[in-house]
Amino acid sequence: MGIDFIYPEFEVVRNENRCIACRVCERQCSNEVHSFSAERGIMMSDETKCVNCQRCVSLCPTRALKIVKSNCTLRENANWQNDTIREIYKQAQSGGVLLSSMGNPKPFPVYWDKILINASQVTNPSIDPLREPMETHVTLGKKPDRVRRDEQGNILRELPPQISLSMPVMFSAMSYGSISYNAHASLARAATELGILYNTGEGGLHEDFYKYGANTIVQVASGRFGVHEDYLEAGAAIEIKMGQGAKPGIGGHLPGAKIVGDVSKTRMIPEGSDAISPAPHHDIYSIEDLRQLVYSLKEATEYQKPVIVKVAAVHNIAAIASGIARSGADIIAIDGFRGGTGAAPTRIRDNVGIPIELALAAVDQRLRDEGIRNSVSLVAGGSIRSASDVVKAIALGADACYIATAALLALGCHLCRTCQSGKCNWGIATQQPELVRRLNPETGCERLVNLMTAWRREIMELMGGMGINSIEALRGNRMMLRGVGLNQKELDILGISHAGE
Amino acid sequence: MGKMRKEGQFRIPSGCAIAAVISRNGERMPGDLIAKSMEPMHERSNGLGGGFAGYGIYPEYRDFYALHLFFDSRDVRKECETLLKEYFEIVQSEIIPTRKIPEITDEPIIWRYFVAPLNSMLRSLQLDEKELVARTVMKINTEMKGAYVFSSGKNMGTFKAVGFPEDVGRFYQLENYAGYSWTAHGRYPTNTPGWWGGAHPFTLLDFSVVHNGEISSYDANRRFIEMFGYKCTLLTDTEVITYIMDYLIRIQGLSMTEAANVVAAPFWSTIEREWDREERQKQAYLRTVFPSLLVTGPFSIVLGFTGGIMALNDRLKLRSMVVGEKDERVYIASEEAAIRAMEPDVEKIWAPAGGEPVIIRVKEGVC
Amino acid sequence: MKRVYVNEQWCLGCHLCEYNCAFANSGMTDMVLALKGKPIYPRIHVEEGEKITYAVSCRHCEDPLCVKSCIAGALFRQDGVIRIDRKKCVGCFTCVLVCPYGALAPNEDGVMQKCELCLENSSGAPACVQGCPNRAIVYEEREESQ
Repeated sequence: MGIDFIYPEFEVVRNENRCIACRVCERQCSNEVHSFSAERGIMMSDETKCVNCQRCVSLCPTRALKIVKSNCTLRENANWQNDTIREIYKQAQSGGVLLSSMGNPKPFPVYWDKILINASQVTNPSIDPLREPMETHVTLGKKPDRVRRDEQGNILRELPPQISLSMPVMFSAMSYGSISYNAHASLARAATELGILYNTGEGGLHEDFYKYGANTIVQVASGRFGVHEDYLEAGAAIEIKMGQGAKPGIGGHLPGAKIVGDVSKTRMIPEGSDAISPAPHHDIYSIEDLRQLVYSLKEATEYQKPVIVKVAAVHNIAAIASGIARSGADIIAIDGFRGGTGAAPTRIRDNVGIPIELALAAVDQRLRDEGIRNSVSLVAGGSIRSASDVVKAIALGADACYIATAALLALGCHLCRTCQSGKCNWGIATQQPELVRRLNPETGCERLVNLMTAWRREIMELMGGMGINSIEALRGNRMMLRGVGLNQKELDILGISHAGE
Repeated sequence: MGKMRKEGQFRIPSGCAIAAVISRNGERMPGDLIAKSMEPMHERSNGLGGGFAGYGIYPEYRDFYALHLFFDSRDVRKECETLLKEYFEIVQSEIIPTRKIPEITDEPIIWRYFVAPLNSMLRSLQLDEKELVARTVMKINTEMKGAYVFSSGKNMGTFKAVGFPEDVGRFYQLENYAGYSWTAHGRYPTNTPGWWGGAHPFTLLDFSVVHNGEISSYDANRRFIEMFGYKCTLLTDTEVITYIMDYLIRIQGLSMTEAANVVAAPFWSTIEREWDREERQKQAYLRTVFPSLLVTGPFSIVLGFTGGIMALNDRLKLRSMVVGEKDERVYIASEEAAIRAMEPDVEKIWAPAGGEPVIIRVKEGVC
Repeated sequence: MKRVYVNEQWCLGCHLCEYNCAFANSGMTDMVLALKGKPIYPRIHVEEGEKITYAVSCRHCEDPLCVKSCIAGALFRQDGVIRIDRKKCVGCFTCVLVCPYGALAPNEDGVMQKCELCLENSSGAPACVQGCPNRAIVYEEREESQ
């Protein structure tokens, strides 16, 4: 109490007329917000511990609970907003760097919401996906710039390694450790069922999941955790993580508390030791070093796997991507500044990087200007929230999208943004067995498959409306997009016209 | 025209009529034959563009590139000639003869040159002659205001104008040309400031394309093909299809059928069902390597080239196109009526399936 | 025959099944009215150990000891489901003693009750299964016999 006391951000509102004191809320809250008062015969709550994850709300059988924003606030001030002041109190108390989770919540422009999609009227017909074939299949990888023939004139069909997706969406990197075994199991099973890929993140690949290798991207990041020959061989593609949209320029830190049991074994580090990924790869201080790592990984896997280089969207992303394209990478993944994380310094998450929409448009155009767009595939991530975001990203020039936050939401995440606590009540961002158990992979897999199936249907509807029956004909098709409420500079970077033009 | 922008500054969707005729034994047919085909399809045009391409029409200059140009003024023609002389020997320079008719007005200066690339230039630029011609055409069309090359092949020529196609035929006195193949186009743009260069056929070197449709993949195709030195100045489907064909056939060395399989690629489900392993793998290869050259949305096109024509529909067959035959001649048109206008006793009429190329070549050694 | 099974791996010990069971068999349409401020008598019970929680209800045995031992003939087997005619029950507790699963228990009036798969109540299908938040309780056909 006293100077350090900050009135809780949320209040637990319990409707006493409905509460039957079944104590489900109490049993389900790992933050110990709820308790049963035997003397009074009613449920009590300690809202100082509440993170607003909505687990109790979702499970209350009589809908007796709701969590509301506290109205106990400081005097309103447009400059010194409540959150800003609270952060100062916290730092004055702790002297520490503030940590946050999931994506940037600040009110920066969401360009997806300022872009509109075209549809056919009169001059060409829209296509009904229920009646006509509608193709969402994509192949990622380097395409040869010349068709070559043998002496008989037959086309030589050897191609650089490609990955094949039933739809242009993949689950992006989330490590085993930052998320639970059951979350990984759900992603792996769903990717396999859907004919797409999921990504191990920098935590290695649990031995139980090698069987999903054909649908797995194995990641190599700056800490090299869990990387060994069998791991590289296990996946369909290898991703070098240079950066992450939520925290460009810094590495990762998985606290020792989460390095337990199989997590420690899979990462190949001792139990209880912090897993600290350095900010840079210490063998990559420049682009020529990246080329060496790309080719080392290709050598190690006999040129059978495409290599993805993942970078955070930063100011000079177009030039960086061009360098990556020339460094032997088969695929470039760009992660925008709204991308999620299990933990990042708040200041970095909220202030570093640029929006994926602008980064993607700039990179796609630069690679075309340089005539090398066909030598790499582009994957866009960093807050792709819906099928229409996917369609817009493809039309701006992406070959496919990475989604992670949307996938976690499908698994039950309620975006309380406290992953760093390790007490995820939904069994996702936790390693505590009794919490991990809350995510049944059977349900998880089913919900992910449902989500992607729904998106695929919506993508097909949108494509059909535009008179396009193959996703390839949408890629980079920027005339299918128009901006609303954007200034000329923004339109120029996005390479689209304003609505009405 | 007030504030209305010129063609090329914005995209114009349009519907159209197309027709073509080819003589397999290389018999040269007068141009008014193809012009006749457009009369029954009058309703498919709206007077905002018509044109023709004839092959084998300049036998006396068969070894020279025939450049047809529109100029806004004498000055720009002089400027253009100076540029051409840097790279080419001009063996003939003349106005293209036209007939004054009330239906066609506001014509620009319409000129043609027969040129041969200078060997010294080819050596110093390290280009083959077709590439030099192509680059020069791109250069004039993108950089020289008031000059526009609308035909650039050998022993072939394009004739186009703002007007109904049958009037355009009379305007250019097509009866005075004879070719072994002809293509024709009548345009129905939804809006246009009426620029002569915007009429079809669209050509590059000896490739000419007449097209009916509005492709939905346009910008995906355009942004891809522009990586390889092509500049889409008109923002029309026909232009981009011409460049795609040039890229696939001339640059990548694909056959006509292979190029058709890229542009109107079979569905993946069809490829998977293909029983012949070689064919299946080849189709999968072409789709994987050239995904950005798949053309979707309705189209029927006739691609003219030296020694032949290829007709192709989009893979869903969203535009009409019929083929007819009589003796050694093959006719193609948006409507059967157009074929019957050229040959009332046509035999064997059929509608090719979506994505199925119809390739007709003149017998070897004839042209 | 379809039975209620529990995958202990996924049981969270939230006890929602007990409340859903009690409500389904209350004959009322309002859960609050049915359960608020009263002791509940569910036909499924969550057993809790050190690291494991597990909901238990009648297994509907092929060879049911409870039916064999019922002195009043109140317990009987119908289409594989072990049912109870509560009018006949005399409250002797023999069934409670013989059931290896502890699936029978008296309700507030001392008459025995047990899981009858919600076939006759307002739920129509096992309420514990429908309400389980982690799909730990399932209602399915399995090869194995008891």
